[in-house]
Amino acid sequence: MYNSGKIITGLVLFLGVVTMPFWFNIGKADVKPDPSLDTPVIRQMKVKHCIESKQFMIDNHMELLNAWRNAVVRNNKTIYVSTAGQYFTMSLEDTCFHCHSNEKQFCDQCHTYANIQPYCWECHVKPVEEAANGHR
Amino acid sequence: MDIDKRKFLKLVGVSGALWVGSRLAGGLSSVFNIRDRFDKQALADAGYEVGTMVPDPGELKAKQWAMAIDVRQFKTPEDYTRCIQACDKIHNIPDITTQQDIKWIWEEPYSAAFPEQHNQYMEAALKSTPILLLCNQCEFPPCVRVCPTGATFKRQDGIVMMDYHRCIGCRYCMAACPYGSRSFNFKDPRPYIKKIDPAYPTRTKGVVEKCDFCAERLDQGLMPACVEASKGALIFGDLRDPDSDVRKVLSTNFSIRRKPELGTQPNVFYIL
Repeated sequence: MYNSGKIITGLVLFLGVVTMPFWFNIGKADVKPDPSLDTPVIRQMKVKHCIESKQFMIDNHMELLNAWRNAVVRNNKTIYVSTAGQYFTMSLEDTCFHCHSNEKQFCDQCHTYANIQPYCWECHVKPVEEAANGHR
Repeated sequence: MDIDKRKFLKLVGVSGALWVGSRLAGGLSSVFNIRDRFDKQALADAGYEVGTMVPDPGELKAKQWAMAIDVRQFKTPEDYTRCIQACDKIHNIPDITTQQDIKWIWEEPYSAAFPEQHNQYMEAALKSTPILLLCNQCEFPPCVRVCPTGATFKRQDGIVMMDYHRCIGCRYCMAACPYGSRSFNFKDPRPYIKKIDPAYPTRTKGVVEKCDFCAERLDQGLMPACVEASKGALIFGDLRDPDSDVRKVLSTNFSIRRKPELGTQPNVFYIL
């Protein structure tokens, strides 16, 4: 093989550069998101239960919210009948943030981990964390 | 016991509704204490299926919402600001003083509101009276025809509605609207909002916005904010209902509309 020295050195260098992110991050595992459910409103709840089951909300909250926004904005339907037969105003501000008033702990952790940038907050008003004592 | 078919069916219906109501009410433990404005009992009586999205039982319904503005009742500047501020406050409308301002309901002199009906020698009082302007909620809205994404659409009750989620900020609707009722967010409006009401979203840079007859309030059974604040100077109701307030005032007063010759059939009437 001609120029084998140069080629092999080049290949080693190339592999080194390509795998650089792995070398830099070796042993530094990203912290798994652990969304906090600790808000004043949730603390006071006897039965800690979201509008649907926890697993359903983890898996489907984005689709649920999308369906809600179309129902409210486009079809003037404002109330959600949950699987348990409870009624909820379909509103981020009035319903979701009423309990989940800790947007940084509850929303941002997972979204940052999964590198998702939802643009809800460009229009919808973030809950004020310090004033989240049951009423705004 | 003699019971005819009519009575029997009534009894079955009532007891069935009671059963469904009690079952649903049983499921409604007081776990949640959200600011719900809707009537839970009416919802329970309706017996909706679970997992569905339903309208508020208290919603105000109409075939075509319309407004009559009784210009005669606007005498002091306070009469105008009362209506305008009621709207600005609940809809988080920014206070931008340049040409990039955001207008939902605003005032203009008669000559600007009705340019084609502005006579050289007209009633002095009217000449100097500002006119309240807002989106005309046209029956044939040009803005809806030109919107490429369906962000602007016409609701069942005639309201020309904006879905800000879908607006791409192309501003075709602003070019199409003959009334200047639409405003574009050239910049982030939040720094210009005096006090943000967390119950209503703000808008974001790059979307168009306008008055929507307080669709979100009608859906909860409330009258539009400006109508509530106007002390009777703004009359609101269903144009297709002959007994509605708005039809009553229109049938007994002379009214004009803005640019009727364009054929958009505006639904805001001015009583002079």
